[in-house]
Amino acid sequence: MNEITRRHFFERTGLGLGAMALQSILLRETPAQSGNPLAPRRPMHPPRARSVIYLHMAGSPSQLELFEHKPELEKLHLKDAPPSFLAGKRFAFIKGVPKMLASQFRFARHGESGQWVSELLPNFSRVADKTTIIRTVHTDQFNHAPAQLYIHTGSPRLGNPSLGSWITYGLGSANEDLPGFVVLLSGGKTPDGGKSLWGSGFLPSVYQGVQCRTAGDPVLYLSNPEGIDREVRRRTLDTLGQMNRDAQQRTGDPETLTRIAQYELAYRMQVSVPAAMDISREPQHILDLYGARPGYVSPAETADDPRIIYKGDDPTFANNCLLARRLVENGVRFVQLYDWGWDHHGSSPGESLDETLPIKCRQIDRAIYGLLTDLEQRGLLKDTLVVWGGEFGRTPMMQNNVRTELRKGFIGRDHHTNAYTMWMAGGGVKPGLQYGQTDEFGYFPVENPVSIRDIQATIEHLVGLDPYRFNYPYQGLNNRLIGPTEEGKILEGILA
Amino acid sequence: MITRNLKFLVILSALVVLGWFRSMPVSSAVQSEEPPIRFGRDILPILAANCLSCHGPDERNRKAGLRLDLEETAKAPRRAGTPVKPGDPEASLIIARITSADPDLVMPPPSSHRNVTAEQVKLLRRWIAAGAPWGLHWSFEPVVAPAIARTKSHPIDQLIDSELAAKGLQRSPSAAPQILVRRLWLDLVGLPPAPEVADRFAASPTPAAWERMVDELLASPRFGEHWARMWLDLARYADTKGYEKDLGRTVWPYRDWVIDALNADMPLDRFTTEQLAGDLLPNPDQSQTIATAYHRNTMTNDEGGTDNEEFRVAAVKDRIDTTMQIWMGLTMGCAKCHTHKYDPISHEEYYRFFAIFNQTEDADRPDEAPTLEMATADEKERRQQLKSNIDALEKTLPAFDRPVETPGWRTLSIGEVVSRGKATVKIEPDQSVTVSGTNPPEETLELTVALPAGEHTAFRLEALPEKQPGGQFTLGRNNTTGNLVVSEVRAMLDERPVEFSRARADYSEPDGDIARAIDGQEMTGWSIKSRGREPHTAIFELARPLRLETAARLRLTISHQNGDSSALRRFRLLTTGLEAGKIDIPTWTAEIRRNIDALAEAYDSFNKFNDRIVKLPIMRELDADKQRTTRIHLRGNFLEPGETVTPGVPASFHPFPAGAPVNRLGLARWLVDRQNPLTPRVWANRVWARLFGTGIVETEEDFGAQGTFPTNPQLLDWLAATYRDQGWSLKRLLKTIVLSETYRQASEVTPPRQQADPRNLLLSRGARFRLSAESIRDQALSISGLLSSKMGGPPVMPPQPAGLWRSTYNGLKWVDSEGDDRYRRAVYTYLKRTTPYPSMITFDGGSGEVCQIRRIRTNTPLQALVTLNDPVFLEAAAGLAGRMVSASSVDSQRVSHGLRLALIRKPTEAEIAPIVSLYRDTLKHFASSPDKAAALVRATRAESMAGSDPASFAAWIVVANTILNLDEVLMRH
Repeated sequence: MNEITRRHFFERTGLGLGAMALQSILLRETPAQSGNPLAPRRPMHPPRARSVIYLHMAGSPSQLELFEHKPELEKLHLKDAPPSFLAGKRFAFIKGVPKMLASQFRFARHGESGQWVSELLPNFSRVADKTTIIRTVHTDQFNHAPAQLYIHTGSPRLGNPSLGSWITYGLGSANEDLPGFVVLLSGGKTPDGGKSLWGSGFLPSVYQGVQCRTAGDPVLYLSNPEGIDREVRRRTLDTLGQMNRDAQQRTGDPETLTRIAQYELAYRMQVSVPAAMDISREPQHILDLYGARPGYVSPAETADDPRIIYKGDDPTFANNCLLARRLVENGVRFVQLYDWGWDHHGSSPGESLDETLPIKCRQIDRAIYGLLTDLEQRGLLKDTLVVWGGEFGRTPMMQNNVRTELRKGFIGRDHHTNAYTMWMAGGGVKPGLQYGQTDEFGYFPVENPVSIRDIQATIEHLVGLDPYRFNYPYQGLNNRLIGPTEEGKILEGILA
Repeated sequence: MITRNLKFLVILSALVVLGWFRSMPVSSAVQSEEPPIRFGRDILPILAANCLSCHGPDERNRKAGLRLDLEETAKAPRRAGTPVKPGDPEASLIIARITSADPDLVMPPPSSHRNVTAEQVKLLRRWIAAGAPWGLHWSFEPVVAPAIARTKSHPIDQLIDSELAAKGLQRSPSAAPQILVRRLWLDLVGLPPAPEVADRFAASPTPAAWERMVDELLASPRFGEHWARMWLDLARYADTKGYEKDLGRTVWPYRDWVIDALNADMPLDRFTTEQLAGDLLPNPDQSQTIATAYHRNTMTNDEGGTDNEEFRVAAVKDRIDTTMQIWMGLTMGCAKCHTHKYDPISHEEYYRFFAIFNQTEDADRPDEAPTLEMATADEKERRQQLKSNIDALEKTLPAFDRPVETPGWRTLSIGEVVSRGKATVKIEPDQSVTVSGTNPPEETLELTVALPAGEHTAFRLEALPEKQPGGQFTLGRNNTTGNLVVSEVRAMLDERPVEFSRARADYSEPDGDIARAIDGQEMTGWSIKSRGREPHTAIFELARPLRLETAARLRLTISHQNGDSSALRRFRLLTTGLEAGKIDIPTWTAEIRRNIDALAEAYDSFNKFNDRIVKLPIMRELDADKQRTTRIHLRGNFLEPGETVTPGVPASFHPFPAGAPVNRLGLARWLVDRQNPLTPRVWANRVWARLFGTGIVETEEDFGAQGTFPTNPQLLDWLAATYRDQGWSLKRLLKTIVLSETYRQASEVTPPRQQADPRNLLLSRGARFRLSAESIRDQALSISGLLSSKMGGPPVMPPQPAGLWRSTYNGLKWVDSEGDDRYRRAVYTYLKRTTPYPSMITFDGGSGEVCQIRRIRTNTPLQALVTLNDPVFLEAAAGLAGRMVSASSVDSQRVSHGLRLALIRKPTEAEIAPIVSLYRDTLKHFASSPDKAAALVRATRAESMAGSDPASFAAWIVVANTILNLDEVLMRH
């Protein structure tokens, strides 16, 4: 028996004991039956999306420069923030009474749906009709690492499985020659929450995200060592397989058969992963659609402080978007992109709203347009949920502990938890919808507030998992992504 | 006593037992052929999962005033009926409600997303029919060692046999001697034996020889290195602080303490006390202080803008959770936010427990204080030398903290100073002004100065440095850079501007000339960067000299608009009536400047050296007058304080030791108290699981109502009692277990056994499971002859792929170790929490972020890629190839030798043949592709071993790589 199955709950169900919340999973095909922990499993209800591409802008972009058009804020520009904005609030950096800060960019309505989008995202504006823009997401964490952990693992502390791990655990993966949960990074740094953001927590480690790198081996140790070619590797695996099969005859241990299969899978991955990762196989017009450039290695990757050398035409994020489409096309369940460098405080060079944000927007604008357009033209968008957002939003006030007057290249906002913007597109989500409304300054939600739990519940629901019943028993609790309380709600209003 | 005992033993089960309660046997009550029902195993989990969240201990959420966690209330008649009517399932309300077809009546309600299965209903019916006997959750019953027959047979074997007999099974025969020796070595020291060691035992496999080998291994220093890993997983040991920055943390002396403690077989009660409360022992020695680093393994968040108190509280909560999990096998986490739904741990009790841990000095500070400095004698001496250098240089310098008197100049009296940046300003007796406190990026100082009667031709600004805690003088307020920038100086007399004709300074940066301080522009200024460690002087000549009949009030503004917090720190103002052409600028001599620079360097060397001296984070109790008041955190939020609580443990546990202080020391004693049934069970089970792959309680992390029932409760209790009663000796416990025949069984599976006990939970055969991440590495290095036996010290960095470490704002670099350190045991590998060593996590090792009770073994293609392609394993393959080649000149003998080194047993001809042909085929391949052979030899650092025949050696590397990937090599069997 595969060791992965030696988890008490499978056994326990046989004894007819508790944890019946699991039953819906147990009735479906389990890894125990297939021998492969990543074998596809039936969803708990008919899914609206088969795959997820989650684009996380680490550092948290300003909703007030991108999606939240607030003319009233201009009237208060550089005036002291009203006391109601400050009473009882904790900020990461703001001290005392900060000044309000109008949006630094112009807004217009776009498409048939009339979505408000700023001038920083001209290409995204062309596909805004495909998206549901949620303007009222709120969180309760105001530091990067805890807030990223909260949205991706359901807990601001470490030790819980990530969204991608949960979904891969719940549904398996459709292509067994590729990892089920792939992580791609850009922006030159690992997101603040580190690898725990795609860790498997208390789930078996097979469900952790596999970081595919754009430089070096896409998957660690994928390449044979220098001097060992595919022919020699085949020969060693043949010998290994033969000896392991003979040994298995003697020991009777089914685990050995799984190991033989995993070595063969590794051998196939040596071809399938680089092939899936190789965007140079795409025709020029597709590369152009995303603004992708195969083989590009960004200087940001090795810079001590990549923010000060960001270039708007850096195609790393675009390459990752194109890669995400290829992976999803090949049956990968969950593709997680992290793009670092969105923390625009205005306190040091390379982190301003007026100078750095436009560069970051150029890096993603065409790429996202390309991704949504390409998914749609291939008929993949209806089965692929695309999610975009940061870990929190940014304050309608400028960050006052840096300076009290506006200075070019140093305009910034602090972390804001009460309301920020995320968008979703594709599988099961209404196109061209604006969901939720904030007050005239974008400070608080006034209609349809959306919690992080709601976002998580909705994503699970869309892929065919019941967020309330889908759980994993650990340390005496039936642990769920959405936490122990029932506060998380599926956002019925955005479902197509 | 017995009732009191029982009362305290109810914990997670939620079955708070009242004074009249007696636990009673249940199994005899059922006459049918169906297996007997045990309340704690069969019924309680159903109630816990489905009923107790609304009908349990949590008063606030209790519905209909009904409690089903107490026998008394569950069996008491109510208006609607009796919830549990013994002997009459159909008259029992819970059956009626659970089976109701009415969505408004059915329990649990559909909105709860829970449902009771038909199978469970059947169990409940049978239980009620049998009289609904109540009971305790099994793990809270006292540990009672079962009676053991006085036969020659080992108690463990007797207890295993009785369970096997019930299933019609028998134990398997003993494994072959060489297999047994390998098993014992891997289990006790985590390394394979040399084949000769196994052969010696095989020649005379007597019980005495076996026991001798057990004793030798338990006495080996390798023992502590292996078993430390289990403890370090629990202690969430790592070499970095975690979270966003994940900076390095020097905590390896604690890791070495654990290894030493295990090698010395420190009893569990002492092991517990020193780690939880070594600092509270009378006159703790250095070792007992190091032990307290155990609870300093919590993470520290250095991310900018974080609230230190928030993460201090998070660390304290982590200590509570970790302590409960490790010793009691229970989680208290739910009670952080509200009274436990099905456990009698109230919200208040959680914070009483919290109060015990809430009195230590540590507070999520970047410097990790409090720390224990562990300077060696050499380090102390060297540091003293460096300090002497500083002292000698300081003597050569004038006093910087006093203005230099110069003829013709008068110090101006300062009337008033206002800092627009809200800094604290002070006028010193010598009329210098010091600026401290808030240090905004931009600052403007407004001064009112008494200008005496007489002639004034120029003003002078003396910027004075101050000594920092690190010893360095800095001129500007930015302690990191020491820079000073004066953007603009303006003067007003009688509401009219005083114009300056010229400004001069003893020093300016090339891009920050003093002239920029009077150019009328705020964005330019006088700047001092490279010489920011000494005083500097600027002279501002007046365009029109002032001739004052009487004293006047001069208003001066000195602004800093550079945005980098480098305004003046301390300064003095002077005036002169000297003719403009006769004003000299006092400057420092070249010698003094040299000495200033030398002093800066001396401080730098001292600080750098001092930073490298180990400062181990430790626990230290706050002084009595500084103790924190602990309040309940409403909804678990530390910003919502509730009632004040006193320290204590939950009332439903066993009592706190009489007379013990209610602090960490008392808590440690409470955990290892004889009345505590959980600690010995949890620990014995943990040790058993390391030897048999799975615990007697499979859910090692959960001994509560939701955990699994022990597969052999009597065996667990026998082990728990033995462990506790034999002085809590881990080595004795291990020895006891490995001397049993149960341990020594062959691991081969026969079809009948496979069918009767597919997961080998009853142990009708030897355990077979994949080695741990650490053992896989250590074994490969050992087989290849590369493994270093060096113990202890700072963590090492064996090869890992380039570019893995790229944490935000983190200057740490991974530099592949060379020499011995490249081949150290895995326990010494640097563990960075946000980027753990890749081959370790691929084989299910942890990140050290939170307490890891057990590792769930997986079997993945990524593991195959590690052992096939990771340079560590390729270098090991080259080492093994070298050993094979030097053993013989005959191919088949070389193969046989390689297999023996890896498998320990003698390989069969059928095993040798395919590998010989692999060698020959590969040799042919390399002979025709010499470049590839050379490349492989180079990549595995095998040039010297390969000598003049790289093709042949490369082929042997391929062979060795194959051998090291054999399933049998990766398995402990």
